[in-house]
Amino acid sequence: MSETVIASPPSSARSPPSGAWVGVIFEGACFAAATAVLAALSGLLISLVIGGWPAIHKFGFGFLTSDTWNPVTEVYGAAGPMVGTLITATVSLLIALPVAGGVAFFLTELCPAPLRRPIGTAVELLAGIPSIVYGMWGLFVFAPMFSKYVQLPLMSAARPGSLLETLTTGIPNGSGILSASIILAIMILPFMAATLRDLLMTVPATVRESAYGLGATTREVVMSVTLPYIRTGAIGAVMLGLGRALGETMAVTFIIGNSHGFPKSMFDSGSTIASTIANEFTEASGDMHLAALVALGLVLFVITFIVLALARLLLGRQEQRL
Amino acid sequence: MFRILRAALGALLIAGAATAVQAADSITGAGATFPAPVYAKWAEMYKAQTGAGLNYQSIGSGGGIRQITANTVDFGATDKPLKPDDLATNGFIQFPTVVGGVVPVVNLPGVKSGQIRLTGAQIADIYRGVIKKWNDPLLVRTNPGMTLPNLPITVVHRSDGSGTTFIFTTYLALKAAHWASDVGANDSVSWPVGLGGKGNEGVAAFVKQTPGAIGYVEYAYATLNNLTYTQVQNKAGKFVSPTAAAFAAAAAGAKWNAAPGFYLLLVEQPAPDAWPISGATFILLHTNQAKGKAVLAFFDWAYKNGDAAAAQLAYVPLPAAVKEQVRKLAWSKLK
Repeated sequence: MSETVIASPPSSARSPPSGAWVGVIFEGACFAAATAVLAALSGLLISLVIGGWPAIHKFGFGFLTSDTWNPVTEVYGAAGPMVGTLITATVSLLIALPVAGGVAFFLTELCPAPLRRPIGTAVELLAGIPSIVYGMWGLFVFAPMFSKYVQLPLMSAARPGSLLETLTTGIPNGSGILSASIILAIMILPFMAATLRDLLMTVPATVRESAYGLGATTREVVMSVTLPYIRTGAIGAVMLGLGRALGETMAVTFIIGNSHGFPKSMFDSGSTIASTIANEFTEASGDMHLAALVALGLVLFVITFIVLALARLLLGRQEQRL
Repeated sequence: MFRILRAALGALLIAGAATAVQAADSITGAGATFPAPVYAKWAEMYKAQTGAGLNYQSIGSGGGIRQITANTVDFGATDKPLKPDDLATNGFIQFPTVVGGVVPVVNLPGVKSGQIRLTGAQIADIYRGVIKKWNDPLLVRTNPGMTLPNLPITVVHRSDGSGTTFIFTTYLALKAAHWASDVGANDSVSWPVGLGGKGNEGVAAFVKQTPGAIGYVEYAYATLNNLTYTQVQNKAGKFVSPTAAAFAAAAAGAKWNAAPGFYLLLVEQPAPDAWPISGATFILLHTNQAKGKAVLAFFDWAYKNGDAAAAQLAYVPLPAAVKEQVRKLAWSKLK
């Protein structure tokens, strides 16, 4: 701590005497960069509203509550894709968060030093794989295995009339809501794991070591020292994952089954907002069809915004409590 | 800092000049994804022979129509022909380039290509979810002597908007009144049952992975990947297999003369050997435009020299008589 305090004054004193205008330019450039983001964001929002206006105007609030999506009669409702988006994002988060936590704790607390670098790199590599590759892998490799080892055993084990049977009805070919969520979980895992690992690294060694010195076990150190220390940052990591899961397009499109109603079971096919737009945008020739797709984009924008706002709110509360 | 800036600026200028030169030299087109491989092949051959380039962006039929309407490309390409009225309003010329079509594919244990025979009405009932099992009496009737398995039918359709879906649903709407009134025909529709795969490869993958599944893919995709297709009954009452000859028969037998603006869907053509779910893919260009001549020169060259390349990619070339009609009825309109 004290080091940084000493280090900062000389750095500013070292700036060249004729550097006043450099400073002005630097400040201006930073300001321009920040406002450019704002301008892009508001421009995006405005063009989404303008592009989607015909659909919003025609269907009104019903656009959000109807699950009819019929390009032939030009009647559009976003409820099916909205529900699909929220379900897949939530389920994928539920799957990915514990694993990401495990990876991060293993890497920082338990991992033997020679293994730390290879595993860390592997996690980061996973983050760099393009989503279309996940989609193709999901369709050609994951889906047949999922069908054989998960869907068929579950479906044959389900007693008629039981809850399990309701949850597992569908076509046993490896596609559907749950498969899409699992693929999504694999995709958001590296982001969350890497962020959580970096957060855990910020826990000062002295804090951890004093806990160990008091005789705490690894589990106790994790649960009562490091976890509370990184709590606020961890919520940020989760939101990062959720943000990606909400907007993920290609991988989901390949595997979710793409039907526009409400999904009725884990194995039923559904759709997400992003997959619907990706599927239909290129060939949408009717004006209303295009407007409905743009309005769908607006809905996704708003959902993402609400999620981020909620995250901020939670973060704020956490900080107050601390 | 300045040096970097200058270098970047220079690079930008060079890039800009390069694109400007390219734009002046070559013709640009955009649209349907279905004929993109053959247009790319033709462009490559054309460039080798004449030195003139063609840049085709496969952005989808809808995008192609929008871009040619906005005049940002020299020609647009679409799988779904525009109606004569729309052509007149926009001042477009429309003509077909190659023929393709839609093939039902199935995954039934022990069943080989061409063994299952289906009628249009049966396919419509399967896709409406009315026929649910392969041993349904309705299916047994057209397949005497075959032991159809007691398997549930899994319906697979395209999830992305597609000219393939347009041809397929147009055919179903023509063959079944229920389909026409409940679902309709479009490049994406509200499917009563089934699951959607993205693209031909998505549909094929779901069909392969699901015993008892039926799907539909483009003829070229089915041929190149050796998928198990079914026979379909045509208008003449004959059960035919999807072969290049059957598509050519559909195109040759069609009354292009009576179709203003070549607005013609090749479904249910009367020729005795015609494949009933055929369709052509189309080019759109303005009657009055700077590069119209260059565009037509390209397609004239392709009509004369491109058939072998098209056939190799499993597209069906237009019959000679149809090409002659295109030259006479459409190309003559260019100003």
